[in-house]
Amino acid sequence: MNTQGIIHVSHLSKVYKTEGMETTALSDISFDIQKGEFVAIMGPSGSGKSTLMHILGALDTPTTGQYILDGENVENLTDDELADIRNKKIGFIFQAFNLLPRITVLQNVMLPMRYAGIPEEERKKTAQKYLEMVGLGHRLSHTSSQISGGQQQRVAIARGLAMNPALLLADEPTGNIASAQAEEIMAIFQELNNKQGHTIVMITHEPDIAAHSKRIITVKDGKIISDKKNPKPIPAKRTNAID
Amino acid sequence: METLLESLKTLTLNKLRTGLAMLGIVIGIGSVIALVSLGQASQQAIQNQIQSLGANLLTVNPGSQTSGTIRGAAGGATTLTNADATAIQTSPSITTISAVSPEVQKRVQVTAGRNNSNIQIIGVTAAYEGVHKITLTEGRFINDVDNNSLSKVIVIGQQVEANLFPTQDPLGQNIRINGISFRVIGITASKGGTGFLNQDNIGYIPLTTAQQQILGQTYLNTISLEAKSQDVMTQAENEVGYLLLARHKLTSPAQADFTILSQQDIANTASATTGTFTSLLSGIAAISLLVGGIGIMNIMLVTVTERTREIGLRKALGAKKQVITMQFLTESILLTFSGGLIGIVIGIIASYIFSSLSGSIFVISFPSILLAFVVSAGIGVLFGWYPASRAASLQPIEALRYE
Ligand SMILES: Nc1ncnc2c1ncn2[C@@H]1O[C@H](COP(=O)(O)OP(=O)(O)OP(=O)(O)O)[C@@H](O)[C@H]1O
Ligand SMILES: [Mg+2]
Repeated sequence: MNTQGIIHVSHLSKVYKTEGMETTALSDISFDIQKGEFVAIMGPSGSGKSTLMHILGALDTPTTGQYILDGENVENLTDDELADIRNKKIGFIFQAFNLLPRITVLQNVMLPMRYAGIPEEERKKTAQKYLEMVGLGHRLSHTSSQISGGQQQRVAIARGLAMNPALLLADEPTGNIASAQAEEIMAIFQELNNKQGHTIVMITHEPDIAAHSKRIITVKDGKIISDKKNPKPIPAKRTNAID
Repeated sequence: METLLESLKTLTLNKLRTGLAMLGIVIGIGSVIALVSLGQASQQAIQNQIQSLGANLLTVNPGSQTSGTIRGAAGGATTLTNADATAIQTSPSITTISAVSPEVQKRVQVTAGRNNSNIQIIGVTAAYEGVHKITLTEGRFINDVDNNSLSKVIVIGQQVEANLFPTQDPLGQNIRINGISFRVIGITASKGGTGFLNQDNIGYIPLTTAQQQILGQTYLNTISLEAKSQDVMTQAENEVGYLLLARHKLTSPAQADFTILSQQDIANTASATTGTFTSLLSGIAAISLLVGGIGIMNIMLVTVTERTREIGLRKALGAKKQVITMQFLTESILLTFSGGLIGIVIGIIASYIFSSLSGSIFVISFPSILLAFVVSAGIGVLFGWYPASRAASLQPIEALRYE
């Protein structure tokens, strides 16, 4: 068995320097996440959750400390190798969605598959499948500026899942959607986690949402203040509540 | 292919900006095409004119080699005489000349009835007709009898006929030059040429009459020579040159008080002049192309800045540097290439309009069109490279945070 998990973080810190001001977003964080875990990260606003998530997603680099992703020290990788890892291993759902406004919903979901060199027909089929899964099968040819915030969030989720990544990082995936729909999203996450063994790390403010995960890490002022197993994750039911 | 379609879509999204960005390239390529085209047309026109004047023609003018044109133009040189012309015709050392035409000329005011005109009068012998390939539509040319008897006869060009005799047949009519009446005995066929090269606004009179009664001079303005063939031109030039040096009691060619030019020399000078002119204008066009390229770079940099978030996102989703570079390069090449295409069309239309307005030949140079395509695409690569690589090296998270 692989003792070193998919994520290994030790003594990680992140200091932002802007116009002479220093903001310590993360200080001396260490933890491991094994393959197949479903982790919720909680904490008040400004506690450094998004910063941590960006580092885990190989989008940003720590000021000090080490991050080993699936056995590879991220520090030693080139820009293109990182791009490849982000493309194939990680599905990232941004807090701010970050969809491309001018292209259609379907094309947005197809985008990561394009960078992986998957043929167009297959891309279209896969993207359609995931968009149907998040209940947007009828909005394929809208541009992302023509749909609601909650719908944009679900497009972002579909895009995060498109490459069937081993590690799914979700920054407040249910922040903008109604609770019935949130339940649906959680059901999808649990299914991916239980049946397909995907590792999921999810940021959330809501204890109700966190309760669906198997482990809850709480951060405050850039430090981990608690890290607990959740022995009885609440199973979410697929209600088809999504329009 | 997908990148191409995507770039096309992005460019059509902001049509005004795309159009303005292309304008520099359009103007640059368009003017290069038009100028090269016009340059070649005028070169060809000069060649045609020269050929029509006779490729075997040598011209001897008074005046030294170094300041020949200036002194010749001032009309001050009086070093060529009738005796020189006779010597060239009769000397045993001349083996390559088949005909000798001594000439004098002057611009004069002429009248016929109530009409008057300013024409070039050339005093000629019978040899002129063959040496200069004159053809007549009516009557006959000046002959030896005319020269021996100081006849007051004139052969006129089409332009002179049109100006002086718009309604009647000029044959047998009189033309007055300096108060002396000349009878029209022949009309030449049109030789073409415009402006100072107009070959039709000319009147030919006997050399003797011209020298003694119109000009009052004993020297010649020109001796035109016909070489036996185009291959002996250089030899002919040397033979005539050394004969005249000896006759003028000069010891080295550097002292020569005359100038010998072949039609080819004249053609080369004329071509060189238009060539210089064309390359000067092409240089200016090339600068405008450069400015156009900088315009493209500027627009591409703005585009990259505007789309920082988009670039960050694409990189976050796994786009490698090369993908981003290609995306922006495709856009800039598309810009310059279509600009070049429009420029080529405009250039061709412009040179067509110009040539039909000025009545000159219309020439399209395919190599220059091909070059224009390559150059415009090249400008896209050259000036798109920096913005594209700047886009490619953006850090994803910095780019995503960019507002
Ligand atoms: N680019 C930046 N430059 C300077 N400071 C930053 C930057 N990004 C984040 N910070 C600061 O770092 C700290 C952590 O920010 P982060 O976005 O990680 O918080 P968060 O836990 O995700 O908050 P929220 O729940 O509101 O999303 C905050 O104090 C924030 O002001
Ligand atoms: Mg956040």
